[in-house]
Order: sequence, then structure tokens, then C-alpha cells
Amino acid sequence: MKAVCWQGVNELSVEQVPDPEILNDQDAIVKVTASTTCGSDLHLLGGYIPAMRAGDVIGHEFLGEIVEVGPEVSRHRPGDRVVVCSIIGCGRCRPCVDGMWSLCENSNPKPGLTELMWGGSTAGIFGYSHAMGGFRGSHAEYIRVPFADYNAFTVPDGVDDMDALFASDAAPTGWMGADLGGVRPGDVVAVWGCGGVGQMAARAAMLLGAERVIAIDRYPERLAMTARHVGCEVVDYTSTDVNAELRERTGGRGPDVCIEAVGLEAEGTGPQRIYDGIKQRLRLEQDRPIAVREAIHACRKGGSVFVLGVFAGFVDKFPLGALMNKGLTLRGAQQHGQRYIPHLLDLIARGELKTSHLATHTMTLDDGPRGYDMFKRKKDGCVRAVFRPWI
Amino acid sequence: MKRAIIGALGVAAGGVAVARWLASRRVPAAFEDEATRWLGVTVNRSQDEIMPGGRVPEPLAELDAEVRVNRAPGGRGTELYARPREHVPTGATAVLSRIRGDDPRQAVRVALREAKCVAETGEVLRPDAPIGTTRPTLPGKVLDAALRRAPGEGRL
Ligand SMILES: NC(=O)c1ccc[n+]([C@@H]2O[C@H](COP(=O)([O-])OP(=O)(O)OC[C@H]3O[C@@H](n4cnc5c(N)ncnc54)[C@H](O)[C@@H]3O)[C@@H](O)[C@H]2O)c1
Ligand SMILES: [Zn+2]
Ligand SMILES: [Zn+2]
Repeated sequence: MKAVCWQGVNELSVEQVPDPEILNDQDAIVKVTASTTCGSDLHLLGGYIPAMRAGDVIGHEFLGEIVEVGPEVSRHRPGDRVVVCSIIGCGRCRPCVDGMWSLCENSNPKPGLTELMWGGSTAGIFGYSHAMGGFRGSHAEYIRVPFADYNAFTVPDGVDDMDALFASDAAPTGWMGADLGGVRPGDVVAVWGCGGVGQMAARAAMLLGAERVIAIDRYPERLAMTARHVGCEVVDYTSTDVNAELRERTGGRGPDVCIEAVGLEAEGTGPQRIYDGIKQRLRLEQDRPIAVREAIHACRKGGSVFVLGVFAGFVDKFPLGALMNKGLTLRGAQQHGQRYIPHLLDLIARGELKTSHLATHTMTLDDGPRGYDMFKRKKDGCVRAVFRPWI
Repeated sequence: MKRAIIGALGVAAGGVAVARWLASRRVPAAFEDEATRWLGVTVNRSQDEIMPGGRVPEPLAELDAEVRVNRAPGGRGTELYARPREHVPTGATAVLSRIRGDDPRQAVRVALREAKCVAETGEVLRPDAPIGTTRPTLPGKVLDAALRRAPGEGRL
């Protein structure tokens, strides 16, 4: 079958690879009908995520049709149209039972590397390096889905492919940021980043009752899209002092909840960006935490900051003093999608959550490398490039 | 020019000082309890389910290892512990045997993780097989060696 493979830093190619097979009784094989680029892939492409091997199939946010199931799969059968969570859970270990699916203790068969790096490993993640289990990704014609009863969700009739697709990763990630960030009715919420994840976080905050939601980015087309489809306020950080603006919009308090949806390749204006850029180049700092610093600084006293953006290692100039003295709560996680996906599909079916506008560019698998180039450089207003292997 | 030389000497002197300081630190050969430490996983199942009739679960049972269990606090299931009976290398020797893949603790870690996975999900999850298009590069080979050890390494 055809697949988009990582070949090295900023190098992708389309290859013929063997079809996946059922390896475990609880596996299903899914024929991928739509698979999207995600900001997390940019960190893989940039070489910031360790343990990628040349030839690895990438992609983790996808939708498809079940074509084969192992003998122990009971909730699905061939023909089901399913959206699959990007993060693999077993559904029965303590973290899964507690709803912390990305901390699953049984879905990453190679936990040694991340346990040594972080003192604990994440769940397995599709197409996201051997540190996260080495599972093949979804930018392919077919994919093996482990523990299919727990990770594949039947899409209700009447929900479009292009809407359901983002219930795999972007929408539950954004929802988790607002939910576990503790958004309550009446809150003011600021969101850094207007990519797919930031937009979904902003919408989630509104649906959870936030009174004002302010989203921050630099790209005019992303800001305009967020204002139009999410319906929140937007701020361009290249022309506005974000901290001053947030204070002015909140009676001097600062936002109650700050959600960071930018990640380790954050941009910025001024000396901070130059400083982090140089340190990262010299390998003195692994990740650039520019938006995290700003969120901690802007957050109201006693407020909470949720880090949705992916970070891999160490950062520099982390404002621990601000965090401690302002009494902030800081949290982060890979997404716990399984606990939100059914509800999100429901919201999409009812028209309360819009997602399909994120799919600005649709193309075939052969266009994989071009799609990533557009997505990385934000060319032609690209927010997400979606690959449709069978169209 | 003179300044540059003084600067270089300064750096060199600094380097020597750091090296001396490092040499004066006592590097512990090994923690005393390294060889006898129990490796443990917490299984979200009762003691009876994990060890029915006191039988050690597979694949732990196949190893020459001591095994013990106790109830985990707060309703978290059962703590399952094991440690190799044979001699366990420590200190610098341990580093080498871990790289070679013959540290007996690696097999114990793999067995503990697999026993947990079977007790909780009914089977051991198999990783996807590597695919043919992968080019054998030098960093790739180093990574492959590290990945082969990964199931037996980590924090247990
Ligand atoms: N936690 C999870 O499980 C999870 C899941 C999916 C994605 N992610 C992460 O979320 C992040 C966003 O993903 P995405 O798909 O939306 O990516 P994206 O690249 O499309 O969007 C990131 C946006 O951040 C903006 N940005 C950069 N620097 C900024 C700054 N200083 N202030 C404000 N905005 C800034 C960029 O202009 C861009 O629009 C990535 O780090 C990704 O890895 C995490
Ligand atoms: Zn993602
Ligand atoms: Zn689990």
C-alpha cells in the first residue's frame, strides 16, 4: 500500500509499504478515508521528537472504515465508519479507567526510552516515533488499530467525514485544555495559537460557559477564521502587546484560564525569539517555550495554565517565580481523547461544534510532501492539509 | 592579540579547575542496594486474579526470579514485584551489560510489563513490525539497538 514516510529532518516521501496485519486479537484494520496533518507532525519533521527511524509512516488524526477485526473485537465490525483516537489506550489500566488515557500503561510496547527521559512514559501514539511505541501512522491506505473496542468510535449517520475527522485529535485536545484547565461559567479564557488545536480549545471554552474567550496568533487568515467560525475575540501578537491587551480586556486581572496551543516551535517578536532560537540551534535548549512564558505572566493570580502544545525536553528561563508567587496551577498532557470523543461527535451532530473549516486543503496521499510544505509554511492560508487516499 | 591569549589561558585554566573539581568528586561505584532492589508494577486487578492459587503469572514464571505481591494502597489494585535470583551486575559493569542486553533485570522488566498487560487486557500488545523501506543508517542502527533494549529498560 501507499504511505507517507518520514525520511529524515524535513524530508518526507511517498512509499510502497506492506499492508498492515492483525497482530493482536483486539486489533482492527481500518481503511483510511481521511487523515490530516497536525502541528505535532511539524515537531517530528523538525527533528525535535526523538526516536524516529527513516521510513516511519507518519500521521495520527484520521477517520476510516473498519475492514477486518480480530476475534476479540466486540464493539465493531467490518463496514463501520469510525474516527480513531490519535492516542492508543487499553481501557483497563488504572489511568485509562480514570480517564487519563494518554497515560495508558499497556499501549506503549517500548516505554524504556521515555521512562528514562521523563520518569514515566506516555501511551502509544500512531505515527509518532518509537518513543511512543513505533506504531505506523495514518497517512496510508490502511492502518492497524490496537484495542479497537476502546480506540475506534462509530461516527453517527449525518455527521460528515470532514467534521468527524477532527474528533480524532484537534477537537478532544482543545476540549481537554478547557476542561482540565478548569474553565467555569463566567471565566475569561485566553488561548495562544489559532491552529486547529487552539481554535478547538477556544470553542470548548465557550461551550463550557466562558464569558469571554480571546485567541492569539499572528496569521491574519487564521485570526479571521477563528473570529468567524469559533466566534471569539482575537489578538494579533505582532501588532499588539499581548500582556497589556489582556490586562486591559480583563479589568487588570488577567485571564482566569490560559491555554497554550503553540508548542515547542513557538515564534515571537523581539529579543526573546532570538535568544531561544540561538539556544535551540546550539542545542543548549531543546524547546522554545515563548507562549508558555507569556501565558504564565498574563494569567490572573490564582489562575490556571494548561499546556496543550507539545514539548519534548528542557526549556530555559522558565518563570517558576511567577508561577509560585502568583499561586498558579500549571498542567499539561497529551490528549485523553477517549473520554471526550462521544460527546464531541454529539456536539458536532447538533451543530454546536464546527470543525470542517479547518480542512483548508484536501489532496491525495501522493501530495503528502507538498501538503506538509504548505502546512509548515502556512502557505495559501493552509490550516490543515487533509489526505484522502481513496479519492 | 595579547587579550586573546590571556582569554584563551583563562579558559584553559578554568577548564583545568573544572576537571580537578570533577576528579575530586567521589563517584559512587554503586548504590548499596542496587543488586537487591525489587522491580515493581501496579496491576489494576486483585491479588487472586493475578496469582490464582498463588501461581506466579506467565511469563514471570519462566524466569529465575523471586516474586512477591501485595495489595496496592487506595484501591489501586495489586503491586507485583520481582527481582532476579542470579547475580545482578552493579555500577559500571551494569551499564555495559545493559547495553549488551544481558542484564537479568531487563528480562524481569519485560516479564513484569507483559504479566501486567495480560492481567489487565488479556494479551500482550505487539508493536508494529519495522518496514522494509527503512534505510540502514548509522544513527538508525544505534537507535535500533536502543529500541531493542527499550522493553527491558525504564524506571521499574
Ligand atoms: N496535547 C496533545 O495531545 C496535542 C494534540 C495535538 C496537537 N498538539 C500540539 O498543539 C500545538 C498546536 O497544534 P496545531 O495543529 O494547532 O499547530 P499549528 O502549527 O497549526 O498552530 C500553531 C499556531 O501557533 C501560532 N503561534 C506560534 N507562536 C505563537 C506565539 N508566541 N503566540 C501565539 N501563537 C503563536 C502559530 O502562528 C500557529 O498558528 C502543537 O504543539 C501540537 O504539537 C498537542
Ligand atoms: Zn495531533
Ligand atoms: Zn490503559
